[in-house]
Parts: sequence; C-alpha cells; structure tokens
Amino acid sequence: MKPLSNVVKSAPPSGIRRFFDIVSQMHDVISFGVGEPDFVTPWRIREACIYSLEQGYTNYTSNYGLLELRQAISRFLESRWGIEYNPENQVLITVGVSEALDLAMRTLINPGDEVLIPMPCYVSYAPCVTFAGGIPVAIPTTAENGFRVSAAQIEAAVTSKTKALLISYPTNPTGATISRAELQAVIDVARRHDLYVVSDEIYDRLTYEGTHTCAATLEGAYERTILLNGFSKAYAMTGWRIGYAAAPVEIIECMMKVHQYTMLCAPIMSQMAALEALNNGEADCEEMVEEYNRRRKLIVSGLNAIGLECNMPGGAFYAFPSIRSTGLTSDEFTEKLLFEEKVAVVPGNAFGECGEGHVRCSYATGVDQIREGIDRMARFVERIRSNNGRTAALRE
Amino acid sequence: MDTSKKLTKDILKILEQDARTTPAQIAALTGISEEQAAAEIKRLEEERIIVRYKTLVDWEKAGKDIIYAFIDVKVSPSRGVGFDDVAERIARFPEVTSVYLVSGEYDLRVVVAGGSMQELAFFVSEKLATIDRVQSTASHFVLKRYKVDSELLGGRGVEDKRLAIQP
Repeated sequence: MKPLSNVVKSAPPSGIRRFFDIVSQMHDVISFGVGEPDFVTPWRIREACIYSLEQGYTNYTSNYGLLELRQAISRFLESRWGIEYNPENQVLITVGVSEALDLAMRTLINPGDEVLIPMPCYVSYAPCVTFAGGIPVAIPTTAENGFRVSAAQIEAAVTSKTKALLISYPTNPTGATISRAELQAVIDVARRHDLYVVSDEIYDRLTYEGTHTCAATLEGAYERTILLNGFSKAYAMTGWRIGYAAAPVEIIECMMKVHQYTMLCAPIMSQMAALEALNNGEADCEEMVEEYNRRRKLIVSGLNAIGLECNMPGGAFYAFPSIRSTGLTSDEFTEKLLFEEKVAVVPGNAFGECGEGHVRCSYATGVDQIREGIDRMARFVERIRSNNGRTAALRE
Repeated sequence: MDTSKKLTKDILKILEQDARTTPAQIAALTGISEEQAAAEIKRLEEERIIVRYKTLVDWEKAGKDIIYAFIDVKVSPSRGVGFDDVAERIARFPEVTSVYLVSGEYDLRVVVAGGSMQELAFFVSEKLATIDRVQSTASHFVLKRYKVDSELLGGRGVEDKRLAIQP
C-alpha cells in the first residue's frame, strides 16, 4: 500500500489515550481526569431539544447556523461585552469550538506560517495548526508566572513567518486567567507585528476571581481577532457539540466556506437546544459556577495540604499542582497513582512539554469524590515520601 | 452582594444540599477557617435561619404506607388577625405537615399526612371542618409523589456516563 498522509502520521498521539485504556479496565476509580462538567445538561435545555424534534426540526440549517441562534449570540455578546457582531455575516455556528478552531487555522494559515501557542494548552491546538500546514511555536509558561504568557515572551518568539497567536483564558489545563492590562499588552504585540489573534474563550463563564476580559474588546483587537466560544462548559452541553466563531466579515466568510464544504451545518436539534440555553439558561449556569467555585477551594486546599503545591486557579475547572516534590515524573506519578490508589489524573506533559512536573486534576466531579480522591492521594504521596526518605537514608 | 452575605448564602446552600456537611468541610469549600464556619452556623441556628436539619425519607420504599392529602380550606377572615389565628390553630395538629395562605378560590392550603384514608377523612371532618370560621373544605388525596422538596423520588439517580479521562 502507498503511505498514508505524512502530516497526519507524524502528529503525536494524544498523551491522554494511554491512560484512558488502562482506566477503562479498572473499577472503583476516582477520576480527576475528566475534561467535561459532571452536571447533566439542565432539563429545560434537554426539554427544548425534545420539543424541537416533536415539532419536526430535523432539517439542515443555513451554513452559518440558525439565524435565531446567531442573533441570540450577537445580542449576548453585545450585552455582555458591548461588542458588535452582525448576526448575518459575522457569526458562524460550528460543531463545537473544536471545529471552529480547525476552520480558523485553515482560514489563516498558508504553508509554513507560524502560530504562537502559550503552553501548557489544550491538546488539539498544535495538531490543528499542523494539519492546516502551519508550524506551531510553543511559548512555555510556568507556575511562577501563574501560567500566564507575557507580552515580552511573545515579542521574543515573533519571526517574519509568524501569522497568528492562539490563546485561551481561562486555560485548560492550568485554570490560568489573565488581567485586562496583561492581555492588552499581548494584543499590542500582535498589533505591532500584524498578527491575527485566535482567542478560545470556552471557559469564560467559569471565572471565579476578577472578571473575564474578552480579547476582541481590547484596543486594536477587533479587526484581527477570531473569538471562539461555545456551550459545552457554561451549560454542561459537551455532547451537543455546539460552538461558534465571531470575527470580521472576511474571516467568517472564509471559515464558512470550509465549514459548508466539510460540515455543511451543525445539527439543528443541538442548535435549538443552544438557543434555549442562551435565552433561559442563565440561572442554571450561575448555579453550576457557584458549585465549581466551592469544589475549586476544596481541591486546591486539599492538594496543598498533602504537599502538592498548587496555585489557586482563577478559572475553568482544573487544578494543576506540581508533583516535583515526589521526585517522580508526571507520567510515573500518574501511572503509580492509578495503579496504587485508583485515582486518575492527567500528566501535565500531555498539554505541552512545559507541563512536565505537574498533573491536571479536574474538579468537575462531586464533592464526595473530591474528598475521597484527595484522601487517596494523601496516602500515595505519604508513601512515596517515606520511601524516598528511606532510600536517602540508605545512601548516607 | 457583599462578601459576608455571599458567604452566608453559600453556607446555607451547602447545608441545604447536604445537612451533614461538617464545619471543617464547609471551611474547605468556602475558603474560611473551621472556627469561622462553626460560628456562622451557630449564628444561623440561633437566629432560626437554619430551622432544623432533617432527612428526606421515601417511606413508600421503606415499606410504610403514608397517605398524603391537600386540603383546601375556605375561612372567613377575622378583624385584626385575618387568617392567622385559624391557620395557626390548624398548623398545631400533628397530622398537618404544611399550611399555606394562598390566592384563589380557597384561602388555606393544608397538607396532611396519615396512616390511612379513614384517618385523614376523620381528621378533616371532625377536626378541621369544625373549627370556627372554617366555611368549607375540598380534599385532594395524593396518588403518587414524584418530586418532593426538589428531590426526584423513585429514580435510581443519574449515573456518570462520561469517559474517565478526556482532554
């Protein structure tokens, strides 16, 4: 047989896959490995979908998506950020933010163009750039800087090939948030070097400290920014696969072109559900955010108490503690913890090399599970430490 | 909302969901100290903002038959006290689990619980209907309870259908 695509074959397999296969064979696992809400989609949203099916909404929609949904998104962005996107030609409904990200990369990138990506970041960013023919350029961030990228770091990474900057605050896997001033400084660099900015703000509603800044609202950002968002995290709608992109007309036109030839449109019943979420889901969203916030405090204080140093993350639903004090690598820690105490976490290096020395603990899981998981991790860490102590003593 | 009010609301919500949450656990969930949590709970109890800690029981599953009925009561109001005196009089009966003043055709909605239909029928005809100023009653016996105090009964709970590890 002739060889398959070099580009696809050379993309690394997701670092998460290996552990998933192990976990799925085990029982009584406490999972901190899940990147989606543990809430089931609020009933009013599910009910609206059922109703739409009863009414016979089973057809294609416009390539852009249902106009009512685009209008609702446009109104929402206007009321929340005071930013204007024409629902006719500046908003595109996609199959999750994942598709929107792919469309954005294919729209922006010419072969060899570089895209700057602060890391650790969501696992699909770099592969999406590669698949589109671009070159992902990692900008490492650290716990000391709260996993926030600085304008100086971006400035230093810009070359004549740099085309775009791909950011996401709050961040998966670190929970990092960024202040308005810091983000403005980042945008200023993009403006100076005429870079596009792709801002994935899927976790924006899950901001616990301060207020979220929408990148497109900053000075000089609007004309170069593709704003990506969706319904998965705010309304616990991961399986519905509805996201959207909002951007200048020419960009959305190009993204729509790829979308119409590859996806045609997002499923209409999911779009109807998303419309209900925007129109009537606010209270449900707020309640979930409050619950996440409690769990955030619980898990972070728990991790610090057992000696796994952890920043208080400002958003999303992840804690990203350092596990260096155990002397183990992220992979070793994850594997041992899983086999010895049946707690599933995700090794930090799955989100970029600079995530090494950390693990991602999702707190999108019940309070009792978090308590039990922390207890198990405490036993584990204690055992590792006393073993390390013995080894050190023997050496002396 | 200022911080202390928000904190109070947060503590009440946590306890409303699970009355067994300890002060130490509340401290971890809200970011305050255990002593602060205990003091705040004590204050809420003393001010009767926290009225009582109870257990929601599905008696049907436990094999004990309990009959519930909604009794709508028409009352002639009295100068000075309105419906309050009659409502309180009714509320003191142990059979009565709730009493509400409502808008509409009737004035009070009384929820009663008992071991048999006869027992409740006796209560309504002998005790409730005979109270001064009670003009008439209309009884609705409960045939099945689906949701009580925000909790769905009879369900097996929602199982976690998510994959254990995801990006």
